[in-house]
Amino acid sequence: MKTSFWLAGVTALALAQPAIAADTIKIGFVSTFSGPTAVIGNDMRNSFELALDHLGRKIDGKPVEVIYEDDQQKPDVGKQKTEKLVQSDKVDFIVGYIWSNVLLASLKTAVDSKTFLISANAGPSQLAGELCSPYVFSTSWQNDQTPQAMGTYMNQKGVKSVFLIGPNYAAGKDMLAGVKSTFKGQVVGEEYTVWPSQLDFSAELSKARNSKAEAIFVFYPGAAGVQFLNQYAQAGIKQQIPLYTAFTIDELSLPLQKENALGVPGAQQWVNDLPNEQNKKFVADYRKKYPGLRPTFYGAQSYDAANLINSAVVAVKGDLTKKDAMKAEMEKVNFKSVRGSYKYGNNHIPIQNFYLQDVVKDAEGQLALKTVATIVENDQDRFHDKCPMK
Amino acid sequence: MFLLIEQLLNGLQFGLLLFLLAAGLTLVFGIMDFVNLAHGSLYMMGAYFAATFVGWTGSFVLGAILALAATLLLGIALEFVALRHLYGRDHLDQVLATFGLILFFNDMVRLIWGPAGLALPLPAWLTTPVQLLPGVYYPAYRLSIIVVALLVAALLYLVVMRTRIGMLIRAGASNREMIGALGINIKLLFTLVFGLGAALAGLAGLMQAPILTVQIGMGENILILAFVIIVIGGIGSIRGAFLAAIFVGLIDTLGRAFLPDLLRKVLSGAAASTAAPALSSMLIYLLMAIVLVVRPEGLFPAAKR
Repeated sequence: MKTSFWLAGVTALALAQPAIAADTIKIGFVSTFSGPTAVIGNDMRNSFELALDHLGRKIDGKPVEVIYEDDQQKPDVGKQKTEKLVQSDKVDFIVGYIWSNVLLASLKTAVDSKTFLISANAGPSQLAGELCSPYVFSTSWQNDQTPQAMGTYMNQKGVKSVFLIGPNYAAGKDMLAGVKSTFKGQVVGEEYTVWPSQLDFSAELSKARNSKAEAIFVFYPGAAGVQFLNQYAQAGIKQQIPLYTAFTIDELSLPLQKENALGVPGAQQWVNDLPNEQNKKFVADYRKKYPGLRPTFYGAQSYDAANLINSAVVAVKGDLTKKDAMKAEMEKVNFKSVRGSYKYGNNHIPIQNFYLQDVVKDAEGQLALKTVATIVENDQDRFHDKCPMK
Repeated sequence: MFLLIEQLLNGLQFGLLLFLLAAGLTLVFGIMDFVNLAHGSLYMMGAYFAATFVGWTGSFVLGAILALAATLLLGIALEFVALRHLYGRDHLDQVLATFGLILFFNDMVRLIWGPAGLALPLPAWLTTPVQLLPGVYYPAYRLSIIVVALLVAALLYLVVMRTRIGMLIRAGASNREMIGALGINIKLLFTLVFGLGAALAGLAGLMQAPILTVQIGMGENILILAFVIIVIGGIGSIRGAFLAAIFVGLIDTLGRAFLPDLLRKVLSGAAASTAAPALSSMLIYLLMAIVLVVRPEGLFPAAKR
């Protein structure tokens, strides 16, 4: 009796094992790997690869295969690449997405196929609200959150009026709306520029100067941030109207922005000097593995994405058909994030702290980003009520 | 009022910069009947050369002069090695070959300078704003672009209208076969014109570099505008390119500057903010369409063939 029970159990296990366990964990990674913003995609790939190194190149004992796809910063291309990953590569997870418009175009493909999608950067308001999905998680933020923190900081500084400038696409609109939602002073002007082709901001800067605002807020990710800061300094506005930013100064743009970025504040949920152990290891090993480079928040979010996936796969012991159990595990944030601990809201967007970062000269004499203060603690995005998930 | 003056200057500066790019393109297209999509790559190379030479010499002006010479030589070498063999071919072949050159240059730059792009910092005397009128400040560097581009335009005018080379260039623009038949060394003339066009593109690139960043593919978007300008101005006409470039610069800048406020009077705030950038970037193409309907030859066509 006892033996047969045992035998049955062993047989069941033996039969079940090959059926549920795929031999590799397949991950699709969509980001920008060509054109002027390819440096961002490279940083995300570098960090994701580093995370896999730290996991021993294995998730739950199985080798990991990552397929990197270039979205060329174009929504239509991103959608095609997502379709390819889901339909022909049949990946288990999709990670990446720098750009909100690319993510919005690609979202339906992933969600319809019930493939888990981890956004390692883009956080359009729709994703946090009506388009939220059990299969979508973010290791970044909702677009409005970071500029909301900046608006709060401007209130603390006693700024009475602001001129807003940003690019005319999904994230640009969210960013400016974010500042407006928390900033208590007057918004004297609001300019949107053609994205991503417009690189000369002379007309907008002239208007900002003539508006006599007390502050200028901008959101220009990637190379556009370098161009904006150059032109802002050349026009002499730096001496007249202080600049406040979101996602405009990071470790990729700083070597090009140089002194123009000194003293320009930004808000961020991750800064390279956050004092938790996981982050120290991430930053140190990144600089060791990629000499001459420094990790960015894009990379930190990608690093977290790999660990989030790892936690889900380990929790179901490699049985990737148990989607509900994986979802439940990811909702617990059962891994050590490099930003410190955070929680997920009902819409799978992090509830987290936002810090004030400033540009300073570090011990090596190089320009570096530094945490100055915590602006808001445990901030939840303002669209979670619109998400039908409870 | 001050704002209008400032925006007019912005438009003028942008237009003059476009002129430098369009002048070379219109010469090559008009005289050699050659479609050169790689013109934007020469613009990019000018910027990369400048960033490198300024870094080596430590002097902005010296670096810029060296970069200009380097782009000139590169243009001549390019013409000699590759483009010369394409003159007799169909326009489609030329488009294909020069598109290939764009890819070649982009990847070459990636290999030599890396994918991250370069910064070209300005010397301190160019980074401070200048007071033009009481209350009207303008960046010194943008002002210097206006001055340099106007000087180059004047020089180009003198060369084309008052010298023997210029006469040959004008003759070439009106009737290519004829000046060949008259015993002019047309090959040498073409090489010279191409080199001149390359140097102008390089000048545009290196002057734009401190405002923007030096990056791979920087010449591609702006090349489209340059083509629009030569179509509006009339292919082969330097005067046409000059006036059309200033038109386009002004329309683009003033559109961006004042259209949002105008639209806000008609539409709701959010709709106006979204529509204005799209509409202002369309204005230039609208102008081109109107010109093509009314005067298909362009506003100031070179003398009839």
